[in-house]
Amino acid sequence: MSIDITASAAAQAAALRAGEITSAELTAAHLDRIDAVDGDLNAFLHVSRDEALATAADVDARRAAGEELHPLAGVPIAVKDVVVTEGMPTTAASTILEGWIPPYDATLVTKLRAAGLPILGKTNMDEFAMGSSTESSAFGPTRNPWDRDRIPGGSGGGSAAAVGAFEAPLAIGTDTGGSIRQPASVTGTVGVKPTYGSVSRYGLIAMASSLDQAGPVTRSVEDAALLHELIGGHDPRDSTSLTDPVAAYAAAAGRKDVKGLRIGVIEQLEGEAFAPEVTARFTESLSLLEQAGAEIVRVSCPNFAYALGAYYLIMPSEASSNLAKFDGMRFGLRVVPEESPTAEAVMKATRGAGFGAEVKRRILLGTYALSAGYYDAYYGSAQKVRTLVQQDFAAAFEQADVLASPTSPTVAFRLGEKVDDPLAMYANDIATIPANLAGLPGISLPSGLAEDGLPAGIQFLAPARGDERLYRVGGALEALLEDTWGGPLLAKAPELTGESR
Amino acid sequence: MSTDTLIDYDEAVERYDPVLGIEVHVELGTATKMFDGAPNIFAAEPNTAITPVSLGLPGTLPVVNEKAVEYAIRIGLALNCSIAESCRFARKQYFYPDLTKNFQTSQYDEPIAFDGWVDVELEDGEVVRVEIERAHMEEDAGKNTHVGGATGRIQGATHSQVDYNRAGVPLVEIVTRPIEGTGARAPEVAAAYVRTLRDIFRTLDVSEARMERGNVRADVNVSLRPTADSPLGTRTETKNVNSFRSIDRTVHYEISRQAGILDEGGTIIQETRHFHEDTGSTSSGRVKSDAEDYRYFPEPDLVPVAPSREWVEEIRAGLPELPAARRRRLLGEWGFSELEMRDVINAGALDPIEQTVVAGASAQAARKWWMGELARTAREQEVELDALAVTPAQVAELQGLIDAKKINDKIARQVLGKVLAGEGDPAAIVEAEGLAVVSDDSVLTGAVDQAIADNPDVVEKIRGGKVQAIGALIGPIMKATRGQADAGRARELIMERLGVDG
Repeated sequence: MSIDITASAAAQAAALRAGEITSAELTAAHLDRIDAVDGDLNAFLHVSRDEALATAADVDARRAAGEELHPLAGVPIAVKDVVVTEGMPTTAASTILEGWIPPYDATLVTKLRAAGLPILGKTNMDEFAMGSSTESSAFGPTRNPWDRDRIPGGSGGGSAAAVGAFEAPLAIGTDTGGSIRQPASVTGTVGVKPTYGSVSRYGLIAMASSLDQAGPVTRSVEDAALLHELIGGHDPRDSTSLTDPVAAYAAAAGRKDVKGLRIGVIEQLEGEAFAPEVTARFTESLSLLEQAGAEIVRVSCPNFAYALGAYYLIMPSEASSNLAKFDGMRFGLRVVPEESPTAEAVMKATRGAGFGAEVKRRILLGTYALSAGYYDAYYGSAQKVRTLVQQDFAAAFEQADVLASPTSPTVAFRLGEKVDDPLAMYANDIATIPANLAGLPGISLPSGLAEDGLPAGIQFLAPARGDERLYRVGGALEALLEDTWGGPLLAKAPELTGESR
Repeated sequence: MSTDTLIDYDEAVERYDPVLGIEVHVELGTATKMFDGAPNIFAAEPNTAITPVSLGLPGTLPVVNEKAVEYAIRIGLALNCSIAESCRFARKQYFYPDLTKNFQTSQYDEPIAFDGWVDVELEDGEVVRVEIERAHMEEDAGKNTHVGGATGRIQGATHSQVDYNRAGVPLVEIVTRPIEGTGARAPEVAAAYVRTLRDIFRTLDVSEARMERGNVRADVNVSLRPTADSPLGTRTETKNVNSFRSIDRTVHYEISRQAGILDEGGTIIQETRHFHEDTGSTSSGRVKSDAEDYRYFPEPDLVPVAPSREWVEEIRAGLPELPAARRRRLLGEWGFSELEMRDVINAGALDPIEQTVVAGASAQAARKWWMGELARTAREQEVELDALAVTPAQVAELQGLIDAKKINDKIARQVLGKVLAGEGDPAAIVEAEGLAVVSDDSVLTGAVDQAIADNPDVVEKIRGGKVQAIGALIGPIMKATRGQADAGRARELIMERLGVDG
């Protein structure tokens, strides 16, 4: 049987289980695809060909020996470069970590390895996950598979582009303010930010500890559910990890029934800030759900107006502290100035040379916000807003089972369009940030093609620990939309003929 | 080098009222580190007691050590503190190579224990109550070694090395409220306070609390004011003073130094200072006047520590007898006078005596050894009693040999010398070297006969009724038997031989 790299991960897993294909063949096909198109896309910072093929061969051997394997065993995966991988370069797309080979695995990577998923490599991202376009990567931007002059979203543009371009059937992303969902939205893929604490943060290079959450980047809701089931669960190494057992997300994704489900449309996430066709696809999606028996209600979250401001105080504050450890003393880049190479001078020179402009901007913002005399006005006030946002959500979830909005205000913008305008760049996250502030789960899935024939996304949010609801509504909408499209949206993407690596 | 104008101490404390504030750090003796599974061990090879978490590698996260929390609560309860229902950790941020994350995870405005007190007994029995503001948990930093300089200091060094074995070791920091009203006794109070804490830590079994290893370190704040009614003066903080004597000397020096400045109409600079063992003086470290901004904020990687009231009460119920209570009890049991007891405590002999008594000796006998021969030896060797190469069990064994009349006091002292020299246990030494008292007539008779033959004039006196002259024969007999003769039996034999009655 021939290898279909455009198939869903679930379908690829089924073919493996049926013995129709081997993981070695499947993994090689994806590596070939990377070779063929990634020179142009730059979705990967590191490709671990030998290791991936070794894992694949091992899984094939174990399967041949009749061993019971994880349902996704043998299906390759790409991992965002902010996730630590033992023996494999991990840079967070920063010069300051260039050449660092971690001596340990993130918990989620341990789970991927234990389940036998060949790791294809590490994907590109905004430096330290700071950005919405993957343009702040120290190793060049990733391009959108739909249009190479456009951004793939960020910070996890590499994971979304890799999945969207069929370089990988599955990928891991991280979402601090939208870094899984917004790239999914602009690349026509599916991204889930789980409830805070659902997936261990151990081994995620932290940007903002109280906001960061890892999650699945896939081409279907079911695939996201399967991957979430694999990487989720309590981890004693992460004090903020939930102790809840992993719920049956894939079953929820397969339910395809929204009768009686109350979907709340957030008033504050509509209107002029959102491009007309993005809004149109959103509205059409809601109509489909309503026709399928869901109830559409309107909810108001007045404090969302302050969410972006609060986020841009809390996130840089935590980031300024989390990034203090990058000082050239123990790992990564070390720049030794010729004159007076004291520890302090080495730290300064290393940080000066190793961090990019956006990272420095956020370190400065955060350092300022935490300074004596400003703490209460900035960090303290932002924490209060955070509480208000949580209260808005609590009130909204009394009226609705899930909330909905467009994921991102626009389709993918052009490379370079917003690099010099940080505020415009930050505004991309207006719809995704509230979920991070409140620790809630969110999903983005394609809602159709909007401006310039580019994909748009719809986002659903659920109460904390209510991730199952996202898979239920997401799976149902995906099926309804694919019926109208006659197949997956990605089938409409242009053929990639890009240069090979 | 010091240009300090020092005022005579007695004059200084006459003109100024000293106020103390002491911060004590104690390293907890947990199996693993504060936030990390790495072993908490002393003196391992550099950078071997570490994990990715100890090194603060990217992606690592802290997890609170439950045992360390329990130890902190034990300390808090022993110091009569309230225990927080919920408290958080915070990040104290500054850049330094011994700090793996460039922030120290500590407690800031939410300490685990607060509002306590402890009674400190001075050498003459006076008791001073020291109020405890707070006791909080934090992690230790690594250790920098500066290589190439003359003195191991950073000045002149060509490079520095960092050992992260200590990074993340659990600490509890205990902060006093201002200690007022101690007057001229401020130096003694400071030292006695830290000694009291050290004893409590050991009793609680939360730390080996060895000063010389830096298990217990004190930061000593001193300020002066004209009178007890005046507002507090500007303080200096002398960091990391780590012996009782140095604490005493630090306070003494700072009082004289600050008085010198104030006498000249100068102002005290709020700063950290360092104590110098060799000169007994302190010197300026960092100026703290524009107070450093540590940008504290709640540690987002940890959840609040919320010890249940049941757990706290369980810990309280399991607290061992504390040193003050134990001293009162032992005083009663041993029948020492108050003065004897104070001497014992001041000499650090309480533990060895108690253990010697437990091993079978009488309290008075144990006191005799530890306050006599052994105290002398310790002074000669300039070590603490518990550092001597003899165990309480060996002392009890030695006393047992005397009580059984196997050896006399003089031989016992010889045997003790051999024990201290590492030659083995008392009974084994006596056996191996044939030091047991000789009361065997066949051995003694020869020596007695020889003594009689050699000293005809003494014999004459004895025969003439001067029985006390026998003593002059015992000497040669002892010499002949290398001191092992049973003097009583020798005396009987002489009288038998000479046909006189006692």
